[in-house]
Amino acid sequence: MENLLLEVDGVNKSFPGVRALADMQLTVRHGEVLALVGENGAGKSTLMKLLSGIYAPDSGSFRFDGSNVDITGPKIAQELGISIIHQEFNLMQDLTVAQNIYIGREPMLGPFINDAALNRQASALFEKIGVNLDPAQKVGELTVARQQMVEIAKALSFDAKLLILDEPTAALNDSEVATLHAIIRRFITDETAAIYISHRMDELKAISDRITVIRDGEYVDTLDTEQTTMPEVISRMVGRKVAAQIQMKPVPKLGEVRLSVRDLSTKALLKDVGFDLRRGEILGFAGLMGAGRTEVARAIVGADRISAGTITLDGAGVKISNPATAAELGIGYLSEDRKHLGLMLEADISQNIMLSTLGKLNKFGFMQDKMLNYIAGEQIQRLRIKTPSMHQAAKNLSGGNQQKIVIAKWLVKDCDVLIFDEPTRGIDVGAKEEIYDLLDELAASGKSIIMISSELPEVLRMSHRIAVMSEGRITGFLERHEATQEKIMDLATRSNRGAVSV
Amino acid sequence: MSNTTTERPTKDLAPKPDSGGTASSEFVLRLRSRMQQLMALASLVVLVIIFGLINPLFLTPNNLSDILLSTVVIGLLALGATFVIITGGIDLSVGTGMSLTSVMVGVTLTYLGLPLAVGVLAGVLAGAVMGLVNGLLVSYLRIPSFIATLAMMMVAQGLALVISGTKPIYFNETPGFSNLALGKSIPGLIIPNAVFIFFIAAVIAGVILSKTLIGRYTYSIGSNEQATALSGINVRRWKMWIYTLAGSFTGLAGVIIASRLNSAQPGQGAGYELQAIAAVVIGGTSLQGGKGSIAGTVIGALIMSVLTSGLRIINVPQEWQSVAIGCVILLAVYVDMLRRKDTSEGK
Repeated sequence: MENLLLEVDGVNKSFPGVRALADMQLTVRHGEVLALVGENGAGKSTLMKLLSGIYAPDSGSFRFDGSNVDITGPKIAQELGISIIHQEFNLMQDLTVAQNIYIGREPMLGPFINDAALNRQASALFEKIGVNLDPAQKVGELTVARQQMVEIAKALSFDAKLLILDEPTAALNDSEVATLHAIIRRFITDETAAIYISHRMDELKAISDRITVIRDGEYVDTLDTEQTTMPEVISRMVGRKVAAQIQMKPVPKLGEVRLSVRDLSTKALLKDVGFDLRRGEILGFAGLMGAGRTEVARAIVGADRISAGTITLDGAGVKISNPATAAELGIGYLSEDRKHLGLMLEADISQNIMLSTLGKLNKFGFMQDKMLNYIAGEQIQRLRIKTPSMHQAAKNLSGGNQQKIVIAKWLVKDCDVLIFDEPTRGIDVGAKEEIYDLLDELAASGKSIIMISSELPEVLRMSHRIAVMSEGRITGFLERHEATQEKIMDLATRSNRGAVSV
Repeated sequence: MSNTTTERPTKDLAPKPDSGGTASSEFVLRLRSRMQQLMALASLVVLVIIFGLINPLFLTPNNLSDILLSTVVIGLLALGATFVIITGGIDLSVGTGMSLTSVMVGVTLTYLGLPLAVGVLAGVLAGAVMGLVNGLLVSYLRIPSFIATLAMMMVAQGLALVISGTKPIYFNETPGFSNLALGKSIPGLIIPNAVFIFFIAAVIAGVILSKTLIGRYTYSIGSNEQATALSGINVRRWKMWIYTLAGSFTGLAGVIIASRLNSAQPGQGAGYELQAIAAVVIGGTSLQGGKGSIAGTVIGALIMSVLTSGLRIINVPQEWQSVAIGCVILLAVYVDMLRRKDTSEGK
């Protein structure tokens, strides 16, 4: 038996309606950096949450440093020496760097906190792990990259044996990534190891010893980084079987250009985004998390301020400063976060559907209930929303039917351009099909649709054309007949950090 | 590591910070984080000068001493409120709570005839118990602080009236009591004791907030409650103690106001809670939590009483004084928001 720090075997984890992990396995050797890769939703984060004690597994075993362990809570993980840096930071912005790192472990001087000792302790830690941070600076004043360093310093301050980094470089530039990698290398000894989750293939080459690929909650393969190539890794990530199942329908004849976007940029992320959207077209937006797909939608409907770029609608230049203007012009944005941004959960279906149209359907400020209910009823039929009554509260409906309510809301408003952000997120398989059919029908009836999706099979199946984004830019367009998962992944992992660095 | 080619650039990159002129820019950043306090202090000075120029009577020692005395009660309430507001909560019960605690002082001294020290202790303790109940409601029953303390505000008002039989309780039997607030312990100075009590209380509050665990966790909870809990801090228990601490300041305010009026007035506290909150906000403490300071709160309370006194002395009708203070609150919060936007977009 080889010398393993961590051994995950036969682990299963299900959530209501979803099997997140099935017979998962994973081994981490002493002294190595193991890269863990997989598409969005492959189960990486679930696995990490099991390791950090946030979730409990349904079945399966974990061996850590030679003994069986039961990680029942974050504290247990910490005591074992498993430290995780999550995608979202867990920092207190208003406390200083040192205060954040040693919170709950403050050195005391009688009844008072010994801040001098606290800062010395932090400085010593920074010296040891090789980061340059001011212990007394407030975390909220640091750049995202330096906040990341604070997280890592905090993780290492617990004498970690296994360091897990979940997409640590999403917000970092090249030199910051190099610094991070240097810190990781310094951390690795014969007793320690790291799991490194990332989408950026070039980084995996630079930092990892082995690469474990998982897909759809299942273990696929582990490859030696030295001996493998990135196309090999990508082909294992996407899996050929899935791609073969998709039946391509021919692209229908499209109408004239309706929406035309040029050189769209935002201060934060987007850089020179440009595309045309035709009548009856479904334009898919693919890319990894944080590539800027949602930001494109938000910029178009005026939810985020743009720093440059033009938007032309039906041949005329338009200026859209807020989502209300966008809706007025017939551009509807259906957020990925239905529960928070798309629906009034406590209100009934009819109210939800008619909310944005109330401005037109009233008499001297009084609502025309009969008219409203008639129109809502029409939509419920048209979209086949399954409900005993239009006066059912939205929260009692399934995810698929809730999505239909949001769609109905925009249809009533007579929107011709519909931007769907993750239209099937949180919706079960059967209902997904219905949403797909609905999108096809809408496009066939002349609506123009932008569909942002993280699920490649969905993008490939639905889109007439696919725009692939990476790091705020469109890195390429693929026609339906030429698009494959491999090509999309290739475009989506293209790094252009050199070009955009400020 | 096996990969030798990638090791090359890391050696010189690792110990380097990500930006250049750090020393000076960090100084600017620190100055910035004190900005709100400095600006509040500057406005206080400017206000005093302006009122003094318009009417020199404003600057007479007697008037200045009056201003300080009128700061004390609101100031004490605001000290406690600062803690609660930094956690991201709000305490609406401090006004009527103060009435209740002064009634409790009346019960102890006048009805029961116990010694003065016991009366003082009873007042502070009554406030602490009220805070403890607030804390239990907010942290363990997870009732939003606005609702929990709104309910407590009404309960305290009712209890104060019930216990006192809706009548003021006078302290004529306890002759030393009114000296507690109004006596002048320092010879040659016209400033009454209450002012010193307030400043001592403020120093203690400041030390607690900046130097002790309960203070540290007050900021931490307000900054990111979930992250604090994930760091292994027992957030609920600390919150409970923070509310208790805040309550004891309310209790002290109850003692002082009773001493100043030489009577416990059961019906008079309502409305003080909003003035206390206003003082805290003017002093730069964020209602979103995580940010704030005792020094700011003291300045905020002083600004409120300087405004009231100054506007009166330059003959602005009382109705308009309230309008002016309302505008100052808006201005203070708006300036704070502008500043915040500045720093967050500067990245």
